[in-house]
Amino acid sequence: MKEPSLPLFEIFVRSRRGLDHRHVGSLHAEDSAMALQYARDVYIRRGEGISIWVVRATDIVASQEDDVATFYDPMEDKPYRHATHYELPDEVGNM
Amino acid sequence: MNHATQATALFNYAVGLADDALTLGHRLSEWCSKGPFLEEDLALTNVALDFIGRARMLYTYAAAIENKGRNEDDIAYHRDCREYTNLLINELPVGDFADTMARQLLVDAFDVEFFTALTGSADETLAAIAAKTLKECRYHLRRSQDWVIRLGDGTAQSHERMQRGFDRVWGYSHELFAMNAAERGLADAGIAVDRAGLRSTWDQSVDAVLAEATLTRPAGDWSVQGGRDGIHTEHLGYLLAELQFVQRAYPGLQW
Repeated sequence: MKEPSLPLFEIFVRSRRGLDHRHVGSLHAEDSAMALQYARDVYIRRGEGISIWVVRATDIVASQEDDVATFYDPMEDKPYRHATHYELPDEVGNM
Repeated sequence: MNHATQATALFNYAVGLADDALTLGHRLSEWCSKGPFLEEDLALTNVALDFIGRARMLYTYAAAIENKGRNEDDIAYHRDCREYTNLLINELPVGDFADTMARQLLVDAFDVEFFTALTGSADETLAAIAAKTLKECRYHLRRSQDWVIRLGDGTAQSHERMQRGFDRVWGYSHELFAMNAAERGLADAGIAVDRAGLRSTWDQSVDAVLAEATLTRPAGDWSVQGGRDGIHTEHLGYLLAELQFVQRAYPGLQW
Protein backbone atom coordinates (compact mmCIF):
# COMPACT_ATOMS: atom_id res chain seq x y z
CA MET A 1 0.00 0.00 0.00
CA LYS A 2 1.45 3.34 -1.05
CA GLU A 3 -0.67 5.42 1.30
CA PRO A 4 0.47 5.75 4.91
CA SER A 5 -1.32 3.13 7.01
CA LEU A 6 -4.51 4.02 8.81
CA PRO A 7 -4.39 4.02 12.62
CA LEU A 8 -4.45 0.64 14.32
CA PHE A 9 -7.34 -0.30 16.60
CA GLU A 10 -7.50 -3.18 19.07
CA ILE A 11 -10.83 -5.01 19.04
CA PHE A 12 -12.58 -6.52 22.07
CA VAL A 13 -15.71 -8.63 21.72
CA ARG A 14 -18.18 -9.89 24.28
CA SER A 15 -19.83 -13.09 23.16
CA ARG A 16 -23.50 -13.85 23.73
CA ARG A 17 -22.78 -15.98 26.80
CA GLY A 18 -19.66 -14.16 27.84
CA LEU A 19 -19.36 -11.86 30.81
CA ASP A 20 -16.46 -9.77 29.70
CA HIS A 21 -14.97 -8.39 26.54
CA ARG A 22 -12.04 -10.35 25.19
CA HIS A 23 -9.31 -9.19 22.90
CA VAL A 24 -9.86 -10.78 19.49
CA GLY A 25 -7.41 -8.93 17.28
CA SER A 26 -6.78 -5.63 15.60
CA LEU A 27 -7.58 -3.76 12.41
CA HIS A 28 -6.91 -0.48 10.61
CA ALA A 29 -9.49 2.28 10.34
CA GLU A 30 -9.68 6.03 9.93
CA ASP A 31 -11.48 6.62 13.23
CA SER A 32 -13.30 4.75 15.98
CA ALA A 33 -16.69 4.81 14.21
CA MET A 34 -15.20 3.17 11.16
CA ALA A 35 -13.27 0.72 13.32
CA LEU A 36 -16.53 -0.37 14.93
CA GLN A 37 -18.09 -1.07 11.53
CA TYR A 38 -15.09 -3.00 10.31
CA ALA A 39 -14.95 -4.97 13.56
CA ARG A 40 -18.46 -6.18 12.75
CA ASP A 41 -17.36 -7.38 9.32
CA VAL A 42 -14.01 -8.79 10.34
CA TYR A 43 -14.68 -10.37 13.74
CA ILE A 44 -18.37 -11.07 14.36
CA ARG A 45 -19.79 -12.02 10.97
CA ARG A 46 -20.45 -15.54 12.20
CA GLY A 47 -22.31 -14.35 15.28
CA GLU A 48 -19.29 -14.40 17.58
CA GLY A 49 -20.46 -11.50 19.69
CA ILE A 50 -23.09 -9.03 20.74
CA SER A 51 -20.92 -6.19 21.98
CA ILE A 52 -17.75 -4.66 20.59
CA TRP A 53 -15.19 -2.29 22.05
CA VAL A 54 -12.62 -0.63 19.86
CA VAL A 55 -9.57 1.05 21.33
CA ARG A 56 -6.95 3.01 19.48
CA ALA A 57 -3.79 0.94 19.90
CA THR A 58 -1.74 4.01 20.75
CA ASP A 59 -4.05 4.68 23.73
CA ILE A 60 -3.09 1.42 25.37
CA VAL A 61 -0.34 1.67 27.95
CA ALA A 62 1.30 -1.69 28.46
CA SER A 63 3.69 -2.98 31.07
CA GLN A 64 7.15 -3.79 29.83
CA GLU A 65 9.32 -6.85 30.02
CA ASP A 66 11.70 -4.97 32.35
CA ASP A 67 8.89 -4.39 34.83
CA VAL A 68 8.62 -8.06 35.78
CA ALA A 69 11.00 -7.86 38.70
CA THR A 70 9.38 -4.87 40.38
CA PHE A 71 5.77 -5.40 39.32
CA TYR A 72 5.05 -9.12 39.61
CA ASP A 73 7.73 -11.07 41.43
CA PRO A 74 7.02 -9.61 44.90
CA MET A 75 3.48 -11.08 44.87
CA GLU A 76 4.58 -14.67 44.72
CA ASP A 77 5.43 -15.13 48.41
CA LYS A 78 2.28 -13.46 49.80
CA PRO A 79 -0.32 -16.26 49.82
CA TYR A 80 -2.45 -14.37 52.35
CA ARG A 81 -3.46 -12.06 49.52
CA HIS A 82 -5.31 -14.88 47.82
CA ALA A 83 -8.88 -15.34 49.01
CA THR A 84 -8.61 -19.11 48.65
CA HIS A 85 -9.92 -19.96 52.13
CA TYR A 86 -13.30 -18.34 51.70
CA GLU A 87 -16.25 -20.38 50.53
CA LEU A 88 -18.42 -18.38 48.19
CA PRO A 89 -22.17 -18.71 48.70
CA ASP A 90 -23.94 -19.74 45.47
CA GLU A 91 -26.04 -16.56 45.52
CA VAL A 92 -22.96 -14.48 44.80
CA GLY A 93 -22.94 -15.86 41.27
CA ASN A 94 -20.08 -14.86 39.06
CA MET A 95 -17.13 -13.34 40.80
CA MET B 1 -56.78 -9.69 -11.45
CA ASN B 2 -57.61 -13.39 -11.72
CA HIS B 3 -55.64 -16.05 -9.91
CA ALA B 4 -53.37 -17.10 -12.81
CA THR B 5 -52.57 -13.51 -13.78
CA GLN B 6 -51.72 -12.70 -10.18
CA ALA B 7 -49.43 -15.75 -9.90
CA THR B 8 -47.59 -14.69 -13.06
CA ALA B 9 -47.30 -11.12 -11.81
CA LEU B 10 -46.01 -12.34 -8.44
CA PHE B 11 -43.46 -14.61 -10.14
CA ASN B 12 -42.21 -11.70 -12.27
CA TYR B 13 -42.14 -9.44 -9.23
CA ALA B 14 -40.01 -11.87 -7.22
CA VAL B 15 -37.68 -12.49 -10.17
CA GLY B 16 -37.26 -8.75 -10.81
CA LEU B 17 -36.31 -8.13 -7.18
CA ALA B 18 -33.99 -11.15 -7.25
CA ASP B 19 -32.32 -9.91 -10.47
CA ASP B 20 -31.78 -6.53 -8.80
CA ALA B 21 -30.04 -8.20 -5.88
CA LEU B 22 -27.98 -10.66 -7.93
CA THR B 23 -26.63 -8.15 -10.43
CA LEU B 24 -25.67 -5.66 -7.74
CA GLY B 25 -24.26 -8.42 -5.53
CA HIS B 26 -22.15 -9.59 -8.46
CA ARG B 27 -20.90 -6.07 -9.12
CA LEU B 28 -19.88 -5.64 -5.48
CA SER B 29 -18.17 -9.02 -5.51
CA GLU B 30 -15.88 -7.66 -8.22
CA TRP B 31 -14.18 -5.67 -5.43
CA CYS B 32 -13.09 -8.91 -3.77
CA SER B 33 -9.29 -8.82 -3.43
CA LYS B 34 -9.24 -5.34 -5.05
CA GLY B 35 -10.59 -3.25 -2.16
CA PRO B 36 -8.71 -0.12 -1.15
CA PHE B 37 -7.46 -1.91 1.97
CA LEU B 38 -8.04 -5.24 3.69
CA GLU B 39 -10.81 -4.20 6.10
CA GLU B 40 -12.85 -2.46 3.40
CA ASP B 41 -12.30 -5.41 1.07
CA LEU B 42 -13.89 -7.72 3.65
CA ALA B 43 -16.72 -5.30 4.34
CA LEU B 44 -17.59 -4.89 0.64
CA THR B 45 -17.52 -8.62 0.13
CA ASN B 46 -19.84 -9.09 3.10
CA VAL B 47 -22.28 -6.65 1.56
CA ALA B 48 -22.02 -8.47 -1.77
CA LEU B 49 -22.91 -11.72 0.01
CA ASP B 50 -25.93 -10.06 1.63
CA PHE B 51 -27.24 -9.16 -1.83
CA ILE B 52 -26.58 -12.62 -3.22
CA GLY B 53 -28.33 -14.17 -0.21
CA ARG B 54 -31.31 -11.93 -0.85
CA ALA B 55 -31.36 -13.01 -4.50
CA ARG B 56 -31.37 -16.67 -3.47
CA MET B 57 -34.39 -16.28 -1.19
CA LEU B 58 -36.32 -14.49 -3.94
CA TYR B 59 -35.38 -16.92 -6.72
CA THR B 60 -36.32 -19.85 -4.51
CA TYR B 61 -39.68 -18.25 -3.83
CA ALA B 62 -40.17 -17.49 -7.54
CA ALA B 63 -39.43 -21.12 -8.39
CA ALA B 64 -42.01 -22.24 -5.84
CA ILE B 65 -44.65 -19.90 -7.28
CA GLU B 66 -43.91 -21.10 -10.80
CA ASN B 67 -44.00 -24.75 -9.73
CA LYS B 68 -42.52 -26.12 -12.95
CA GLY B 69 -39.58 -27.95 -11.45
CA ARG B 70 -37.06 -25.13 -11.91
CA ASN B 71 -34.86 -24.20 -8.97
CA GLU B 72 -33.07 -20.99 -7.99
CA ASP B 73 -30.01 -21.86 -10.09
CA ASP B 74 -32.06 -22.56 -13.22
CA ILE B 75 -33.60 -19.12 -13.00
CA ALA B 76 -30.36 -17.32 -12.19
CA TYR B 77 -28.03 -19.10 -14.61
CA HIS B 78 -30.18 -20.06 -17.58
CA ARG B 79 -31.74 -16.81 -18.68
CA ASP B 80 -30.16 -14.34 -21.08
CA CYS B 81 -30.06 -10.54 -21.06
CA ARG B 82 -33.50 -9.93 -22.45
CA GLU B 83 -35.04 -12.18 -19.81
CA TYR B 84 -33.22 -10.43 -16.96
CA THR B 85 -35.44 -7.75 -15.48
CA ASN B 86 -33.16 -5.98 -13.00
CA LEU B 87 -33.29 -2.20 -12.81
CA LEU B 88 -30.41 -0.72 -14.79
CA ILE B 89 -28.76 1.00 -11.82
CA ASN B 90 -27.76 -2.42 -10.49
CA GLU B 91 -25.90 -3.60 -13.58
CA LEU B 92 -23.70 -0.53 -14.12
CA PRO B 93 -19.97 -1.27 -13.81
CA VAL B 94 -18.47 -0.78 -10.35
CA GLY B 95 -16.23 2.02 -11.64
CA ASP B 96 -13.98 3.51 -8.99
CA PHE B 97 -14.68 3.46 -5.26
CA ALA B 98 -16.63 6.74 -5.47
CA ASP B 99 -18.84 5.36 -8.26
CA THR B 100 -19.47 2.28 -6.15
CA MET B 101 -20.44 4.30 -3.09
CA ALA B 102 -22.59 6.80 -5.01
CA ARG B 103 -24.70 4.00 -6.48
CA GLN B 104 -24.74 2.23 -3.14
CA LEU B 105 -26.10 5.26 -1.29
CA LEU B 106 -28.95 5.70 -3.80
CA VAL B 107 -29.83 2.00 -3.72
CA ASP B 108 -29.39 1.55 0.04
CA ALA B 109 -31.52 4.61 0.85
CA PHE B 110 -34.18 3.23 -1.47
CA ASP B 111 -33.94 -0.31 -0.09
CA VAL B 112 -34.49 0.79 3.50
CA GLU B 113 -37.77 2.47 2.50
CA PHE B 114 -38.76 -0.29 0.10
CA PHE B 115 -38.21 -3.25 2.40
CA THR B 116 -39.75 -1.43 5.35
CA ALA B 117 -42.90 -1.13 3.23
CA LEU B 118 -42.63 -4.72 1.98
CA THR B 119 -42.67 -6.09 5.54
CA GLY B 120 -46.36 -5.11 5.47
CA SER B 121 -47.05 -7.13 2.31
CA ALA B 122 -50.16 -9.29 2.19
CA ASP B 123 -47.85 -12.01 0.84
CA GLU B 124 -46.35 -13.67 3.91
CA THR B 125 -43.24 -14.97 2.22
CA LEU B 126 -42.35 -11.59 0.75
CA ALA B 127 -43.01 -9.96 4.13
CA ALA B 128 -40.69 -12.46 5.83
CA ILE B 129 -37.93 -11.98 3.25
CA ALA B 130 -38.32 -8.21 3.66
CA ALA B 131 -37.97 -8.41 7.43
CA LYS B 132 -34.73 -10.35 7.11
CA THR B 133 -33.40 -8.09 4.36
CA LEU B 134 -34.26 -4.84 6.12
CA LYS B 135 -31.70 -5.35 8.88
CA GLU B 136 -28.98 -5.76 6.27
CA CYS B 137 -30.17 -2.72 4.31
CA ARG B 138 -29.93 -0.52 7.39
CA TYR B 139 -26.35 -1.59 7.87
CA HIS B 140 -25.54 -1.06 4.20
CA LEU B 141 -26.99 2.45 4.36
CA ARG B 142 -24.91 3.26 7.42
CA ARG B 143 -21.82 2.29 5.50
CA SER B 144 -22.62 4.10 2.27
CA GLN B 145 -23.70 7.27 4.11
CA ASP B 146 -20.50 7.20 6.06
CA TRP B 147 -18.30 6.85 2.98
CA VAL B 148 -20.16 9.45 0.93
CA ILE B 149 -19.83 12.01 3.73
CA ARG B 150 -16.21 11.08 4.39
CA LEU B 151 -15.19 11.38 0.74
CA GLY B 152 -17.51 14.23 -0.24
CA ASP B 153 -16.36 16.33 2.70
CA GLY B 154 -12.78 15.09 2.39
CA THR B 155 -9.97 16.31 0.16
CA ALA B 156 -10.44 18.29 -3.06
CA GLN B 157 -9.83 15.15 -5.08
CA SER B 158 -12.15 12.88 -3.09
CA HIS B 159 -14.86 15.56 -3.25
CA GLU B 160 -14.53 15.90 -7.00
CA ARG B 161 -14.61 12.16 -7.60
CA MET B 162 -17.56 11.61 -5.26
CA GLN B 163 -19.48 14.33 -7.10
CA ARG B 164 -18.58 12.74 -10.43
CA GLY B 165 -19.87 9.40 -9.13
CA PHE B 166 -23.28 10.91 -8.41
CA ASP B 167 -23.35 12.81 -11.71
CA ARG B 168 -22.77 9.56 -13.60
CA VAL B 169 -25.34 7.42 -11.83
CA TRP B 170 -28.09 9.96 -11.17
CA GLY B 171 -30.12 9.37 -14.36
CA TYR B 172 -30.49 5.71 -13.43
CA SER B 173 -32.08 6.47 -10.07
CA HIS B 174 -35.48 7.45 -11.48
CA GLU B 175 -36.20 3.89 -12.54
CA LEU B 176 -36.26 2.89 -8.85
CA PHE B 177 -39.67 4.57 -8.64
CA ALA B 178 -41.18 3.35 -11.93
CA MET B 179 -44.00 0.80 -11.87
CA ASN B 180 -45.54 -1.14 -14.72
CA ALA B 181 -49.19 -2.22 -14.83
CA ALA B 182 -48.55 -5.66 -13.32
CA GLU B 183 -46.65 -4.22 -10.37
CA ARG B 184 -49.33 -1.59 -9.91
CA GLY B 185 -51.91 -4.39 -9.82
CA LEU B 186 -49.95 -6.24 -7.13
CA ALA B 187 -49.61 -3.02 -5.15
CA ASP B 188 -53.39 -2.50 -5.32
CA ALA B 189 -53.77 -6.03 -3.94
CA GLY B 190 -51.51 -5.09 -1.00
CA ILE B 191 -48.72 -7.42 -2.15
CA ALA B 192 -46.22 -5.14 -3.87
CA VAL B 193 -44.82 -1.85 -2.64
CA ASP B 194 -45.97 1.42 -4.18
CA ARG B 195 -42.50 2.49 -5.35
CA ALA B 196 -43.67 5.82 -6.67
CA GLY B 197 -44.83 6.70 -3.16
CA LEU B 198 -41.32 6.30 -1.73
CA ARG B 199 -39.89 9.15 -3.76
CA SER B 200 -40.27 12.03 -1.32
CA THR B 201 -38.79 10.15 1.66
CA TRP B 202 -35.91 8.99 -0.52
CA ASP B 203 -35.32 12.54 -1.78
CA GLN B 204 -35.11 13.83 1.78
CA SER B 205 -32.84 11.06 2.94
CA VAL B 206 -30.42 11.38 -0.02
CA ASP B 207 -30.47 15.20 0.05
CA ALA B 208 -29.55 15.19 3.75
CA VAL B 209 -26.49 13.03 3.08
CA LEU B 210 -25.45 15.06 0.03
CA ALA B 211 -25.71 18.27 2.06
CA GLU B 212 -23.59 16.90 4.88
CA ALA B 213 -21.09 15.65 2.30
CA THR B 214 -20.98 19.15 0.74
CA LEU B 215 -22.05 17.60 -2.56
CA THR B 216 -24.54 18.97 -5.07
CA ARG B 217 -27.61 17.05 -6.10
CA PRO B 218 -27.00 16.50 -9.83
CA ALA B 219 -28.94 18.88 -12.03
CA GLY B 220 -30.72 17.91 -15.21
CA ASP B 221 -33.44 15.39 -15.68
CA TRP B 222 -31.86 12.76 -17.90
CA SER B 223 -33.31 9.40 -17.19
CA VAL B 224 -32.59 5.93 -18.54
CA GLN B 225 -35.11 3.14 -18.04
CA GLY B 226 -36.01 -0.25 -19.44
CA GLY B 227 -34.59 -2.87 -17.07
CA ARG B 228 -37.93 -4.37 -16.05
CA ASP B 229 -38.73 -4.86 -19.76
CA GLY B 230 -35.41 -6.61 -20.40
CA ILE B 231 -33.94 -3.61 -22.24
CA HIS B 232 -30.47 -3.28 -20.76
CA THR B 233 -27.24 -1.34 -21.01
CA GLU B 234 -24.35 -2.90 -22.90
CA HIS B 235 -22.82 -3.89 -19.56
CA LEU B 236 -25.23 -6.66 -18.54
CA GLY B 237 -24.10 -9.13 -21.23
CA TYR B 238 -20.54 -9.10 -19.93
CA LEU B 239 -21.75 -9.44 -16.36
CA LEU B 240 -23.89 -12.48 -17.20
CA ALA B 241 -21.11 -14.03 -19.30
CA GLU B 242 -18.92 -14.13 -16.22
CA LEU B 243 -21.70 -14.93 -13.77
CA GLN B 244 -23.16 -17.78 -15.81
CA PHE B 245 -20.08 -19.26 -17.45
CA VAL B 246 -19.70 -22.37 -15.32
CA GLN B 247 -23.37 -23.37 -15.49
CA ARG B 248 -23.47 -22.69 -19.24
CA ALA B 249 -20.36 -24.76 -19.91
CA TYR B 250 -21.24 -27.55 -17.48
CA PRO B 251 -25.02 -27.45 -16.97
CA GLY B 252 -26.11 -28.75 -13.59
CA LEU B 253 -22.56 -28.88 -12.26
CA GLN B 254 -22.32 -28.92 -8.49
CA TRP B 255 -19.35 -28.61 -6.20
